[in-house]
Amino acid sequence: MLSENIVKTVLEAPDIAKKRKAGQFVILMIDEKGERIPLTIVDSDPVKGTLTIIYQVVGKTTDQLARLEVGDIIQHVLGPLGHPTEIEGIETAVCVGGGVGIGVLYPIAKALKEKGTRVISVIGARTKSLLILEEETRSASAELHITTDDGTYGRHGFVSDVLKDIIDSGQKIDRVFTIGPVPMMRVVANVTRPHNIKTLVSLNPIMVDGTGMCGACRVTVGGKTKFTCVDGPEFDGHEVDFGLLMSRLRMYIDQEQEARERCRCGKND
Amino acid sequence: MTDQEKTEKKEKKERVPRQGMPEQDPGVRVTNFDEVPIGYSPETAMLEAKRCIQCKKPGCVSGCPVDVDIPGFVQLVADGDFLGAARKIKETNCLPAVCGRVCPQEDQCEKLCVLGKKWDPVAVGRLERFVADFERKAGTIEIPALPASTGKRIAVIGAGPAGLTIAGDLVKMGHGVTIFEALHKSGGVLIYGIPEFRLPKSIVDAEVEFLQKLGVKIVLNAAIGRVKTIDDLFAEGFHAVFLGVGAGAPVFMNIPGENFSGIYSANEYLTRSNLMKAYRFPEYDTPIAKGKNVAVIGGGNVAMDSVRTALRLGAENAYIIYRRTKTEMPARAEEVHHAEEEGVQFTFLTNPIEYIGDEKGWVRQMVCQRMELGEPDDSGRRRPVIIKGSEFTIDIDTVVVSVGTMANPVIPMTTPGLDTNRWGYIVTKDETGETTRKGVWAGGDIVTGAATVILAMGAGRKAARAIHDYVMSL
Repeated sequence: MLSENIVKTVLEAPDIAKKRKAGQFVILMIDEKGERIPLTIVDSDPVKGTLTIIYQVVGKTTDQLARLEVGDIIQHVLGPLGHPTEIEGIETAVCVGGGVGIGVLYPIAKALKEKGTRVISVIGARTKSLLILEEETRSASAELHITTDDGTYGRHGFVSDVLKDIIDSGQKIDRVFTIGPVPMMRVVANVTRPHNIKTLVSLNPIMVDGTGMCGACRVTVGGKTKFTCVDGPEFDGHEVDFGLLMSRLRMYIDQEQEARERCRCGKND
Repeated sequence: MTDQEKTEKKEKKERVPRQGMPEQDPGVRVTNFDEVPIGYSPETAMLEAKRCIQCKKPGCVSGCPVDVDIPGFVQLVADGDFLGAARKIKETNCLPAVCGRVCPQEDQCEKLCVLGKKWDPVAVGRLERFVADFERKAGTIEIPALPASTGKRIAVIGAGPAGLTIAGDLVKMGHGVTIFEALHKSGGVLIYGIPEFRLPKSIVDAEVEFLQKLGVKIVLNAAIGRVKTIDDLFAEGFHAVFLGVGAGAPVFMNIPGENFSGIYSANEYLTRSNLMKAYRFPEYDTPIAKGKNVAVIGGGNVAMDSVRTALRLGAENAYIIYRRTKTEMPARAEEVHHAEEEGVQFTFLTNPIEYIGDEKGWVRQMVCQRMELGEPDDSGRRRPVIIKGSEFTIDIDTVVVSVGTMANPVIPMTTPGLDTNRWGYIVTKDETGETTRKGVWAGGDIVTGAATVILAMGAGRKAARAIHDYVMSL
């Protein structure tokens, strides 16, 4: 448990751990009646054959996942899926993460640092107790900035405010990576757009198979339909239709609520 | 005596008509996902089998992509030796319960039946289904004796019809076979695509179990191209690889509003319902939109499966929107007939050009154009031409786009030396499916584009013989 509803799980998947690169994800299915959900791989250990995932408990599946104990089995794990993050030849990058998105951002920052990129990280949460991976992110960054919406820790405000200041300070930024709630990514993309700073966002839409077969995860990027699972999960933030992404994420909100309620009542456990 | 003379002789003594298939009543079956046809009784099967005149040069066999000895098994049914009939079919077809249900017999064996010239052809498909079901229910499925191990290992990518067929053939030749499947369940389109009411999943499971008993290893959740490349498989000691990965990528029409919530590819809609069992939500966790007014775009078998699924999920109005007419529809006549019986509304000569959504981004209306038929196109079907100024709207809340599929690029992208054509399908040198990459064969939809289960199985069979020759020469 990293904060009150953000959880870290380490799972054994040796073949995936061997091949996985920063930015890739897995599809998990807890049991035969479960749904398939995509989760970005935060870390992998090819020697131990393990993967680390970090997720927010938002529905039945993540709730069940959080309740698993050491030694329990996740029935199906598929991956590594999606394109790895492009990390070559970047001098200075700003990594902007919010909430559970910091879990996805951290491996990118780490991979960038290993390539010699100067990493400036800006991470934020609603309140101090929800902030995750502060120390890990610090170790991957030349500079670390922290914000909370309520001012309980770090700067009072939003990650985008800090990003604006960094841009205004006039230093050269080659790339911005931003991962977090969709509205946050949209604001960050809007901040960098007038400055023409290439901004990559990592998207986490609803998926089923994760191999390009169903099209559930389609997003509109630059007016064209893309499948997040095979074309992404990272896209140019200046081109993504965030409004559409948000409405598609809410497609099953009633059913998700129903499944979660039944799960809590123990009817379906 | 020629077959024609035999037919005439038979005419004098034979008055037994082609035996009908008992089915669930349309009004009842739209409320459940149980199989529509109920199946022949042993008596009906024998009656039907006796209609066969046992031609010396049987046309039916030449119409079968996997060369089933049709007169041979039909005679055994007529004699009441149903298990013998099952063994006879299985000499060349490892999935008879599947083929008896989903093969387009009217375009294959039954089309060439000599009885069909004057009367109705022998119901080969129904008999095949009866025999396979009889054997399964009797619980007497025999595991044939296998030859000594050749020590050769073959990797089969994709556990669909082509992959299952070739795996069965190769293991029976004494090779070690491992199937790698990306999904969490084997069967490919048989499990994710074709609905329960047309092909019960327990049948597919039984066929897969049979292969496992033969010694075929199956690795699920293995996205080849990602977790392992074809090169990795050779490095691990496989002597040959067969690619039967299907044409799994959905095609959309690229019209405005197509990404609104409530609009699915047929692949997604059927995968949610069949593979993930969304029709049993919330017992199963995967949800699906249970639309009241559902439009399915397209006129193929997949469109029929989708629209009939929509009805079973509770649609009040389930429409097929097709740009040509009933005559040009690629769906099997039987599927169209079943859909009509169940209350599907067919809107022909109509094509959607835009979707309109509400403030939540959910689709609410579809703008369509009327079409008329013009000159024949490359496929020989008359080309639909837009009637200017004919736009109108239909109120809908769920749409299933079923206008075809294309190749998934992941394996060609990650396999050096494997050539594809301009549509992304794998190029093969000959009918065995040998590719431009040494030791790699391919077959099924990834070579031909979307086709039928039986053609994919036929491709698997041909490749099996070629792979056998190849690995034994190493």
